[in-house]
Amino acid sequence: MTLTGIAEFIASFFGLPGSSSVWIVAVLAAAILLGFMLLTVLILIYVLRKLLGKIQARLGPTRTGPKGIFQTAADALKLLIKEDTIPVKADRRVFIVAPILVFVPAYLVYVVVPFGEGNHFIAKDLNIGLLYIVAVSSINVIGVVLAGWASENKYSLLGGMRSAAQLISYEVPQALAVLGPVMLAESLSMQDIVKAQGEGLFSWFIFRSLPLLGFIVFLVASMAEINHVPFDLPEGESELVAGFNVEYSGMRFAFFMLAEFAASFTICAIAATLFLGGWHSPIRGFLDNGWWTVFWFFLKSSALVCLLMWIRATYPRVRVDQLMEFGWKLMIPLALFNVLVVGLYVALGKGG
Amino acid sequence: MDWHTCSFYVLSVMILGSALMVVSLRNIVHCALFLAFTFMGVAGVFALLHAEFLAAVQVLIYVGAITVLILFAVMLTQKTIGISLKQTNRLAPLAVLSAVTFLCMIAVIALNTTFPTSGQHTVAVSTQTIGSAILGNGSYVVPFEVASILLLAAMVGAIVIARGQDN
Repeated sequence: MTLTGIAEFIASFFGLPGSSSVWIVAVLAAAILLGFMLLTVLILIYVLRKLLGKIQARLGPTRTGPKGIFQTAADALKLLIKEDTIPVKADRRVFIVAPILVFVPAYLVYVVVPFGEGNHFIAKDLNIGLLYIVAVSSINVIGVVLAGWASENKYSLLGGMRSAAQLISYEVPQALAVLGPVMLAESLSMQDIVKAQGEGLFSWFIFRSLPLLGFIVFLVASMAEINHVPFDLPEGESELVAGFNVEYSGMRFAFFMLAEFAASFTICAIAATLFLGGWHSPIRGFLDNGWWTVFWFFLKSSALVCLLMWIRATYPRVRVDQLMEFGWKLMIPLALFNVLVVGLYVALGKGG
Repeated sequence: MDWHTCSFYVLSVMILGSALMVVSLRNIVHCALFLAFTFMGVAGVFALLHAEFLAAVQVLIYVGAITVLILFAVMLTQKTIGISLKQTNRLAPLAVLSAVTFLCMIAVIALNTTFPTSGQHTVAVSTQTIGSAILGNGSYVVPFEVASILLLAAMVGAIVIARGQDN
């Protein structure tokens, strides 16, 4: 049963006009994506704690439920119940709006993530899919800066400024790295990009033209974009207490955490889509249809998520000056080089 | 009213309301925030007109870059929280008068004009059309390259000014 079918059923059940099914489809899709996003975050936080525990020779959460699986749910409840404080000197309205401005873009990106084959497993296959992702995720900088500013706290302001500088610097290599798959697939639509990688393992864009470079640049730049370790300077505990979100507590703080974890899943999903063949199976034509495509997609994304967690457990944080030098003097030239080589590859392939 | 018209009115209210806030609020950071909402509303109108590429670029450049730049500049220059700035001066009545006159003029012209409607369909994939219009054969390659060089020169200039004389 498709979403449109369900929407038409609901419309006829409540005696609504047929034209309203467009709205019902939109609301249903939004609700499903929100539920999915919250569920992913719950799982991600639990897995992160367990995995970090394993790597650091600890146990991680063990007490709440069998093997501690209810720990994240318990923490979420605790955050909901906690007192929601707003500093006296803070700019109240901006303080309230900022977490929403960070959360909404992280949520909007899910609209174009292709979870599987066909139109059932993607909310909307926009023909500018990838550009949409780049555009929407650029909004959250405003939220971060305003959160830091509205708290009227020196540490949070410093955190917000650092974050803004970092986010706008690493947007450049990220957008340039994305151009590789776009040129190879000759489309911005996420489903078209996946379909262009359907010939098994060696047709994946990670191995085409210039192997690995585009993928690595994209992953590193994206890690900086979502303030992932080792680029988590905006919330450097030892220097900035907790960065731009120091003054936030309770549910408002939870919004920042939600956005961060949701984004760490999205970048893995996007990296898997752009470079690792998306929902295609690694062997051509082997279990490559229906719900299997969802399985492959989640397998690839989860593997990348674990890679990110491994990095998180292993690397120390970089300094501000190192961060900027790395971004502007290494990442951007590498990304430009990648664009050049992939462009030549595509142009020569067409000519010959 | 179908969803298309409905969305258009919602977006229009959003654009006009936020734009009014931008020019009337006394806190400059609030103004910047409402400016971002105005830009997002404009992006929504582009999307309604099937100009998806333009909509995405509008968000990417105006919301993601220009608003952030404004916020950056405001925060680097002064302590602005709690400071209220007056957006008008003693010439306000005159400005209102001229603005209203202009509005009336535009309204009269708009009401007396019959706008031609085109029966043509919108371009399905506008991105490709824009791409070949900018870089394809016999197109706007030269203006595009001139703009690129101008921007590059501006960038180099900004860096030279920012570096100062000591290094």
